[in-house]
Order: sequence, then structure tokens, then C-alpha cells
Amino acid sequence: MTYVNAVFQGIILGGFYALLACGLSLIFGVMRIINLAHGSLAVLGAFITWWIVDKTSLSPFLVLIPSLIVMFGVGWALQRGLLERSLRAGILIPLLTTFGLAIVIDNVLLGVFSPDVRSLGGQAGAVTTTSWKVSQQFSISALGILILAVAVAVLGGLSLFLRRTTLGRAMRATAQDSDTAELVGIDSRGVYARAAGIAVATAALAGVFLAIRAVVEPSAGPTQLIFAFEAVVIGGFGSLWGTLVGGLILGVAQTLGAQINPQYANLAGHLVFLAVIAVRSGGILAAREGTA
Amino acid sequence: MNPLRTTGLSVQRWTKVSRAFTGGAGLLVVVLAFFPMFMSANVVQKLTALFILIMIASMWNALAGYGGLVSVGQQAYIGIGAYGTVWFAHHGVPPYPAMFLAIILAGAISVVFSFLLLRLTGGQFSIATWVVAAAFTVIVSLDKGLGAGTGISLIELNQYGPEHRQDYTYWFALGATAVLLIVLFVLLRSRMGSSLQAIRDDEQAAASVGVRVMAGKRVLYIFAAVGFGAAGAMTLANTLFIQPNSIFSVQWTAFAIFMVLVGGLGTFEGPVLGAILLFLIQDWFADLGVWYLIGLGVVAILFALLLPRGLWGTIEERFGLQLMPVGYRVRGLGRSPGADSGPLEEADATEAAAQT
Amino acid sequence: MSLLSVENLDVRHGLLKAVRDVSFEVGEGEILALVGANGAGKTTLMRAIAGAHRPASGRVVFEGADVTAMPAHRRVRAGLALVPEGRRLFPDMTVEENLIVAGANGRRGGAWKVDTVLEAFPILKPLRFKRAATLSGGEQQACAIGRALMTNPRLLLLDEVSLGLSPIAVEGVYRSLHTLIDGGATIVLVEQDLARARKVAQRIICMLEGRMVLEGPADRLTSREITEAYFGLGRVQPKGAPA
Repeated sequence: MTYVNAVFQGIILGGFYALLACGLSLIFGVMRIINLAHGSLAVLGAFITWWIVDKTSLSPFLVLIPSLIVMFGVGWALQRGLLERSLRAGILIPLLTTFGLAIVIDNVLLGVFSPDVRSLGGQAGAVTTTSWKVSQQFSISALGILILAVAVAVLGGLSLFLRRTTLGRAMRATAQDSDTAELVGIDSRGVYARAAGIAVATAALAGVFLAIRAVVEPSAGPTQLIFAFEAVVIGGFGSLWGTLVGGLILGVAQTLGAQINPQYANLAGHLVFLAVIAVRSGGILAAREGTA
Repeated sequence: MNPLRTTGLSVQRWTKVSRAFTGGAGLLVVVLAFFPMFMSANVVQKLTALFILIMIASMWNALAGYGGLVSVGQQAYIGIGAYGTVWFAHHGVPPYPAMFLAIILAGAISVVFSFLLLRLTGGQFSIATWVVAAAFTVIVSLDKGLGAGTGISLIELNQYGPEHRQDYTYWFALGATAVLLIVLFVLLRSRMGSSLQAIRDDEQAAASVGVRVMAGKRVLYIFAAVGFGAAGAMTLANTLFIQPNSIFSVQWTAFAIFMVLVGGLGTFEGPVLGAILLFLIQDWFADLGVWYLIGLGVVAILFALLLPRGLWGTIEERFGLQLMPVGYRVRGLGRSPGADSGPLEEADATEAAAQT
Repeated sequence: MSLLSVENLDVRHGLLKAVRDVSFEVGEGEILALVGANGAGKTTLMRAIAGAHRPASGRVVFEGADVTAMPAHRRVRAGLALVPEGRRLFPDMTVEENLIVAGANGRRGGAWKVDTVLEAFPILKPLRFKRAATLSGGEQQACAIGRALMTNPRLLLLDEVSLGLSPIAVEGVYRSLHTLIDGGATIVLVEQDLARARKVAQRIICMLEGRMVLEGPADRLTSREITEAYFGLGRVQPKGAPA
């Protein structure tokens, strides 16, 4: 039963990783950039939310609205200010500039908020304390269900958005051939900026859930980036549903690893990731989907 | 037949300046070797730290600047060099030979990971290197014999007096830096060097004319791992105490990127210049803590966007100066730049290709 | 007033001058054919008119407004659409999606809808929900023209629509084009087949090494005049070249 519990907790954790990873997947799918600041942006979103909650005592779920809007703007500005220029400068430059950005964000957070860990768990209300006991070793937490539901909703929503909306189709067209997209009237710069905005907002959403579920600290960005990336690679690049599957596999691997020794959790995830690269570089679901 | 002959161009490697400078660099190494005799222990320790930075910058540049491989996980080999030294020393190997073995260990481990990581390109390679570094951090943190998360000292070094210890470490670091730079120099001037530059300029085109892309990248990756391993062993010897979270810290990569971008990505001399600059900046501003790191990040971004060839690349381009002749110079062109593959030529070539 | 006027246009690829000092006008309802050998600069000229390539000097004026500095997508919204060489469909989108994405981002207030395009190109009807990458060359070309029409262009630029297509497919594409032409569309087309160019177009411009070397009404230029301009002055036509 403990293993059933571990798998279940892993699935919930995996939902969180999928949520964290979908923005990374989206930016890669549309712009062919790996954004090395993705994890740091997630943490930035969590801190902005924490700061507003701290000042206003509102529920974090309410504060999500302004902070996601702010983070959408951050993503938009990131594309216009940094990524657009980086992309023009060659294939290596976006990696170097986004890495530089990650260092800047991490240290600004460290300078402004001190290295202390923060949590939104206390302010999130009953959802963090409610759980249903199935057996002695197996309980289902309301927060876990919520995170999983939000993850599925966000990934499903993104997938629908890319297939069914005007902007979504424009994004796919731009991802497939930006030059030709311009020739059918699509403002590719605008599309890129909005894709980056959406990606950063979803990262921030994941960051806030991290703070509700556990804690965040200014130095958490790189770890979150690694988890997000592992989920994306395990699931197969460029596929949103693949990202969900990859997140679930990563989550389950980590919770099962933790069964052996709590410190093995992350290591188990890393090993699954390395095994996937070793077997094939395409990932579990290598099929191309809407984003690419 | 030499097509250049008819146009009045000639190809040369050495110029007066580069001959003088390369000779001067050799002389400098000899002079530096005598430093511990008349310099204070503090200066010797600081110079050791500078050598470590030069190793890191040059090795990172070897990967990114010549192999097009942006690694953000080379700290894995810094950590392996340091912890490998501790491990060998704990198993009865004298400290300095232990460092040597640890450096070889770093190279050996990199052979294994090269098969895994070099399957990936671009940003995927980048983060995967980071995952490897993260995995090693966890493994070391779990090993009680290596001090687990709290860190460990190289107590075996206590068999030497503090003065001597510092001097030996200095010589080891100086020697390692010189050897690495010489090997890199020779590597870049070899046939492999030309193919490496071809890979950097255009991987697909290089592959299509039969350049063995993978072999070139693998050599660079292993070579860089050895260099980072040396930097790790030297860091341990210079500071005597290490912790997994700091020796495997991604900050090393931040430093490497700063040094290489500011100095000049893909130039031989640039990273050395970048290392000296970072060394001075660390000396002056490190007390500022996070703001100093923010400054490094911002400067690195600005260089990447506004001066992608870095300080040295720009000097080289402006004045046609190349102190260490790793490429070829074509004499008789209207433009003076170092002519191996300046960005101007590259741009024209790709645009001409696009036209067809 | 002419719909499009190109004034002293110079376009470069790096140091290479692909288009040199080209000037011409296109009137409403006119069909103009650009002919010339490979590398004469036709495609570059078309891309510069569409805004996909920034000219080094000169002006592009569309409906009396200088559009030289305007990005491609805004020219599309103003009514200037290019069917690019090689079709360039969005490979992972269906035929319908290729059409819809253009319709949603193009010029407002025209007659072209998905249904009208499918009427004009009946071969697309059964392919509506297939991925564009799975289509044959002729089907892709029909889709590419249909996609351009979805932007409701006032001027349609067609770059080598017969390139790589079987003769039957070329016939099919031109049959559909005639529906457009009869409806009074304004078209600039690049065509390698001189006979076809003379048949379709009212006026012909011949380019050689980036320059215009011949311009005139299609029915007055002789085949010999065009062929000579095509290969450079007064040279005898080599064997095996297109007549």
C-alpha cells in the first residue's frame, strides 16, 4: 500500500512538473529556444505572488490574477527585449543570454527577499489541510487533486488554444515557418511575444503552486528548470501531452526513489532522464503535435 | 594548385607580432614559476586562483567557442576533480598524485557521458549537462565517506608545511594551465582544429564535406572535462575545504560564461583576458555579494547582444591582430582581420548560399 | 493611377546585387509576367515587393502609399499577397487550417472564404482535413494559391506556380487561375515557360542579371525578341533551353 501511495503522490507531483514544463515546451516549440531562465521565472512569479499576499493578506488564489498578468507582461518584454535580439545573433546567444538572465533573477530575488524559504501554504486556506484517508498508508490530499486538475486544464487548454483559436493557429503557423507566416498576414514578432507571455505566465502559475504545496527560495530556479526540462525530454520534445506524460513519469520516479531513501528522490528522476536519452533522444512520445 | 596564388594572396600562420607574443608567453610562464621564491603567500594564493579561472575560461571556450557546445554543467568535472582527489588521498595516494589521478578520472567519466550528452544539441545539450552535474551533487551528498552534504577537507595536505603547500599547489596550477593551453593551441592548429572551426561555423556543411563532427566534439568534450577536473583539484588544494553545493555550483558556469563572453568567444586569447578581468573584479567587488553577481549577469548579457566577439574578438577584428596563431591569415586582402573565419566572411558566404 | 509601382529598386543578398534599378508599374486588373533565366532576380524582386526582403534602395508604392518600410504582414493586410516559390505550406496543419490561418490574418472585407476557395479549386475539396505535407505538388500549389486568396488580395504575386509540377498539374493550376483572371484580378506572375507567359499575361517584363532588359505588351513582343532578351543580347539560343 505504501507503494500505491507513492505512485499516487508521484502522479500529483508529476502534474505539477507538467504544469512547470509546458511553458518551456511552448517556447521551444514556437521559437526553437531553450529558455534557461524558465525555472527562475517560475520562482520570480512565486515571489511576486508571495509579496502581494504578504502585503494584502488576500488569498493566493485571488492574487494569482494580477501576478499572472504581470508575468505575462514579463514574458512579453523578455521576448521583445532579450530573446528577439538573441535569436538574431546566432544559435548560441539565446542560451547565453537566458542563462545570464537566470543568474540575474536569482540574485535579485536573493538581494531583495534574502535567502529565506517562503511558503504560501498558510494563506491558501482549507485546500491545503483537507485530505481523504483511504487506508492507513494512503491518503488523497485536496491540494494534490487541485494541482493535478489545474495541470490537466492548463495543458488541455493550451492544446485547444493552439488548435481552435485564431492566435493559436497563427502561433502554429509561425512555429512551422515564420517567414511564410508573415506572407499570410501574421505579425510573427507579436506572435512570439504573446507565446513568451503565455509561457512565462504558466511558469509563474507553477511557481505559485510550488509555494502553496511546499516552499520556494530565491535559489530554487535552477532545480525547477532541471525538473521542467526532464519532464519535457522524457515526454518527447514539442508535444504538450507528451510533456504531461513525461511529468507523470518523472514525478512517480521521484516518489518511488524517495521510498528507498528520501535523498534518492531527485537522483531517481535524473537517472530516468539519462536512461531516456540513452535509449532514444526522441522521448517517450516522440510524435509531433500542435506546438511544433 | 593554389587558387590564391593567382590573386596575389598568400596564407601564413605566424606574424612578427604573434611570434614575439608566443615567445613572450613562454617566457612569462618561466618567470611566473619563480614567483613563489619572492612573493608573499597571499599573492601566490591569489595567482593560483587566477590560474584556475584561466583554465575554466579556456576550457569552456574550447567547448562553446570551437565546438558550439554550450555546457552549463561543467561544474560536474570541477566537483569530480576535487572529490576525486579527496577519495584517492583517503585511499593512500599522496595528495599531489591524487590530484593527477582525479584529473584522469574526470576525463574517464567524461568519455562515458560524451556518448550520452553529445546525442543532444543546442539547449538540450546545455540542460542535460546540468542534470549530470546535479546528479553528481546528489551522489556526493549521499556519501558519508566524502563528508556528505557538510563538506570535507584534504587533511592529507597537512603533511606539508603551509608555505610549501601553497607553493606546490601554485606550481601544479601553473603547470596545468600551461599544459592545457599548449594542448589547446596544438589541437586548434591540427587538422582537427580546422575541422572544429568548420563545425562551429556550420555543422551541417562540415558534415557534408566529410568532417567528422562527432569525433571532433568528443575530443573537445573530454579535453574540457580534463581541464575542469584540474580546475577542481586546484580549487580544493587552494582552499583545502570543499562542500558539494559550492564545488558543484552552477556559479562556475556563470563565471565561465562571463569570462568567455567578455574576453571573446571563439578566440584563443580572449578567455585569458576575461579571466584576468574577472579576477580583478572579484578582488574589488566580491564584497558586494549578490549585486556583484547581478552585475556579472547583466554585463554578460550585454556583451552577448552588443559585442558578441567580446573584447579580444573586437580588437582582433579592428586591428587584424592575432597574438596566438591558431588560425590562418590570408595576406593581401583589402580587409585586415584575422581572416580565418571572421563574421564578415561568414555572413557573406551564407547570404550567397541563400541566393542560389 | 497604377495599383503598384516599383521605383528604382535595388535589392542585395550581402554583397551580391540581385535586383538592380528596376522600375515598373502595374495597373488595376492587369496581368504582368516576369520572365528570365534562373538567378535573374525574379524571386528576389517578388519577395521585395511582398516585404519579405528589405531593398537596399528604391521604393515600392502600393495604392499610392509608400510601403517600402512596411513589414510583410502589414502589406498582406493592405492587400498585397505573395504565393512563394516552392509553395511553403504550413506542413503540419490541414488544408483547411492553412486557409483559415490566412483568412484570419489577411485583408478584411473580401469575397474569399474557405468555401469559395474550395469552389475555385475543386481538387482541394476532398483534401480539406488532410495535413498539407501529405499533398501532391499540384495539390499543394492549389492550396498555396488558395491560401493567398484567403487574404483577399488586391494584387496577387505568383512566384513560379508551375515549378516542379507535372504538365497535367500545371494545366489544372492555370485553369483555376483563369477563373481569377476572368474575374478581373490583378496579378504579377513569374513563369519559366515563355509560351505560357505570353498566353496568360497582357504585358511581359524580361530580366537578366538583376536588370529589366525588355518590357512590352505580350501580343506585340515576338518570341524571338523575348528569347534574345532572356539569354542576353543577340545570342543564338543554345540547345535544350526552354523556347
